[in-house]
Amino acid sequence: MDTNSTARLLLKKKQDILVNWMQNQLLDDTLRDDLLSNEELNKQSEEFLDGLLKATSDGNFENIYTPEFEQTLDVLGDISITRARQGFSPRETNLYVLSLKQALTDVLEQEHQNDPRLLYQEVVLINKLLDSLSLATFETYLKGREEVILRQTDEINEISTPVIRVWDGILALPIIGTLDSSRTQIVMENLLQEIVNTGSSIAILDISGVPAVDSLVAQHLIKTVSATRLMGAECIISGIRAEIAQTIVHLGIDLSNIRTKATLASALQIAFEMLNLQVRKTGQAGNTKLLR
Amino acid sequence: MDRIPILKMGPFLLVTIQVDLYDRLALNLENDLITMVSKTGARGVLIDISAVTIVDSFMGRILGNIASMSRIMDAETVVVGMQPAVAITLVELGLTLQGVHTALNVERGMDLLYQKTDILLHQDEEEEEAPEQDPE
Repeated sequence: MDTNSTARLLLKKKQDILVNWMQNQLLDDTLRDDLLSNEELNKQSEEFLDGLLKATSDGNFENIYTPEFEQTLDVLGDISITRARQGFSPRETNLYVLSLKQALTDVLEQEHQNDPRLLYQEVVLINKLLDSLSLATFETYLKGREEVILRQTDEINEISTPVIRVWDGILALPIIGTLDSSRTQIVMENLLQEIVNTGSSIAILDISGVPAVDSLVAQHLIKTVSATRLMGAECIISGIRAEIAQTIVHLGIDLSNIRTKATLASALQIAFEMLNLQVRKTGQAGNTKLLR
Repeated sequence: MDRIPILKMGPFLLVTIQVDLYDRLALNLENDLITMVSKTGARGVLIDISAVTIVDSFMGRILGNIASMSRIMDAETVVVGMQPAVAITLVELGLTLQGVHTALNVERGMDLLYQKTDILLHQDEEEEEAPEQDPE
């Protein structure tokens, strides 16, 4: 069988294929015209088909990792990454390539009506080509999704470690979510930098938002406390819930060198005491004043 | 040979390290400082490392050594102005400088030394600062 003639045939029928393909895509129930307008889809499809037919023009239907296919793969990669970001589902993204299969085989069927053997061979060929293309699409789609996830992780790391200045000389750092090595690093850096910037001498580490404490998390907490001490500030850990206290003791973690408090309020109180500050009621109801 | 100057301030010794320490320099410092402590009978040693950006385990050990040696000779050691990066490095190296007092800056380090050694030089000032903060 001459794959060159197949390529020429497809090139000749390009307009038919495109119309056919567009029809297939537009007919599909899962078409997302809310995310992508039909004109854009048409433009995308034409560009992709152009590239594909050019790449196959010298009869290569087998291997898509050759230089001729580079441009096609680029176009396809762009399309699937954009779709991943726009929130297309994997099915919708993949259907884009797979619907081309139908269009191509339709054209071949019309052409080779009288020669089933040849038709079969060509259909197999087209199948192979489009299957590898759809695999490539899926791969890039996943990559696009993973990028989104990574970016979000970064963002979470950024926003989830605020250092709050609760009083002159007292910093509070509520930790929300699980502490892993990379987050501990960020927490530690933020806290130490803030200690330098504000000249605070007490830092309160509130772990009421940490779902569970295992030996690794405790290790990270101890590290943060030690680093704070090296800087010349005192560190208080607050927000230790009953379950956490239980796990810590069961795991045999020694926190005896570290000041721990059950609530942020009691930690703040201790901090006031350490700074020789006093909170007391004034004569009027409800009004609290601080005296040195 | 390079040496780090050691200044005597009343009952305390003051060392500010303005360069990155290499091993020889650190060893000299340890030596000189302990000699000075014994010579002057100093009650406290304040080491300012705010300009130090790089530490290694050796440097951490020297700091610990100085503290322990001074302790034996009845002098407290305060390390002040450690940079965040330096603190993180030391913790990662597992050197938490037990027995060394730390403070954020020289001023607070001095206060801490007075506190630790029970010497009341700033008595007058302290009285001035005392209560007297009228609520409104």
